[in-house]
Amino acid sequence: MLPAALEEIVEDFRLSPKEMRLQMLLDYSRSVPALPERYVDAHETLERVAECQTPFFVAVELADDRVHLFFDAPPEAPTTRGYAGILSAGLDGASVSEVLATSPDFALSMGLGELVSPLRLRGMSAILARIKRQVVARTEASHGA
Amino acid sequence: MPAPLDTDPKFSHYAHPERLVTTQWLAEHADDPRVVIAESDEDVLLYETGHIPGAVKIDWHADLNDPVTRDYVDAGAFARLMSAKGITPDTTIVFYGDNFNWWAAYALWVCSLFDHADVRLLDGGRQRWIAEGRPMTTEVSTPTPTDYPIVPRDDRSIRAFKDDVLAHIGHGPLIDVRSPGEYSGELTHMADYPQEGALRGGHIPTAKSVPWRRAANDDGTFRPIDELRAIYVDEQGIQASDNVIAYCRIGERSSHTWFVLTHLLGFPNVRNYDGSWVEWGNAVRVPIERPGHPAAAVGSAG
Repeated sequence: MLPAALEEIVEDFRLSPKEMRLQMLLDYSRSVPALPERYVDAHETLERVAECQTPFFVAVELADDRVHLFFDAPPEAPTTRGYAGILSAGLDGASVSEVLATSPDFALSMGLGELVSPLRLRGMSAILARIKRQVVARTEASHGA
Repeated sequence: MPAPLDTDPKFSHYAHPERLVTTQWLAEHADDPRVVIAESDEDVLLYETGHIPGAVKIDWHADLNDPVTRDYVDAGAFARLMSAKGITPDTTIVFYGDNFNWWAAYALWVCSLFDHADVRLLDGGRQRWIAEGRPMTTEVSTPTPTDYPIVPRDDRSIRAFKDDVLAHIGHGPLIDVRSPGEYSGELTHMADYPQEGALRGGHIPTAKSVPWRRAANDDGTFRPIDELRAIYVDEQGIQASDNVIAYCRIGERSSHTWFVLTHLLGFPNVRNYDGSWVEWGNAVRVPIERPGHPAAAVGSAG
């Protein structure tokens, strides 16, 4: 199960020729929204995704059952930044249940494995796993309150 | 005729100064038709975000590895790659890349398997070129295809397989170039990298830990010859007459060390075990050493 926006991105990749897929990932690496000031000033509140091969940070906020994502990914690592762009475009604004239902291996069907190597693709699943964990933690925190 | 050599005084002390160029030399020879600049990176998209003007991209995964078998491309695919990048057998290829030139050294090593004669590394790689404020472009180079001959791959001289390593234990230096945590078996990958690459941690029996990073300065350049000799010769006792095998996780960091030992120190018999820990740490019944767990003799478990 994938939220509609993410489903559309996955389909776009899957149906595009190999050379185009790399260009699309590059475009997503350029479309990551800038980190809001409140996170720049409190960087320690972001969670580091250790599975990514370069410093990569993510934070999740919930507002009215909608999930909002914030990323800090270095420009020297455009592939991982591209993952942030895809997750931002595909998951930001989705509901809590949609995010939690997102298949952990959705990236496998995008045809990126042959381009970026399967090992690198695991970074995407790792980011998604961290996002889900934060979503669960935030949901529990808000119910407990 | 190959491109002229870089006569930088630092290089003259290395055994094979013809294998390195400075950023200055490269800037002066970027338009030389005898030279092809090739960028090889860890990140598959980094070239697209900006590269040295005129440089082509050679990706370790998409271009140099066979898409099906865990191996390098065959002679036909290699010839097609060289042709597509505008390289002839006489071309001087200058490799550079991110991460201290790991993948650049790896690509250079793969070209050496196919006996491409004039391969050089940019000392300091992408990091230094950028630090010096030299020009970068996003314009993708479109080389004119050449007629590159099909040259058989030589897997004996500078490449070692698992069985070669098994037979080598106790007969010559083995160098584990991974981080200390990987060597001791606490980690099966560099810190912060995914840990799922190998089922067992530790190192190949008799291997000495000499992390690749010790051969590099902070700016990505290679350390001067006397410092390299102090590490590999004085401290590790490696002789030019030794048969040496280096390994890491998948062979990229050990390509860096292979370059240092072969081209900078001039040791003639150095092989890179590209199967490395991802093969060894998953192979059934090969001996493994860990602190407090000396390896049993090969085969004794049977």
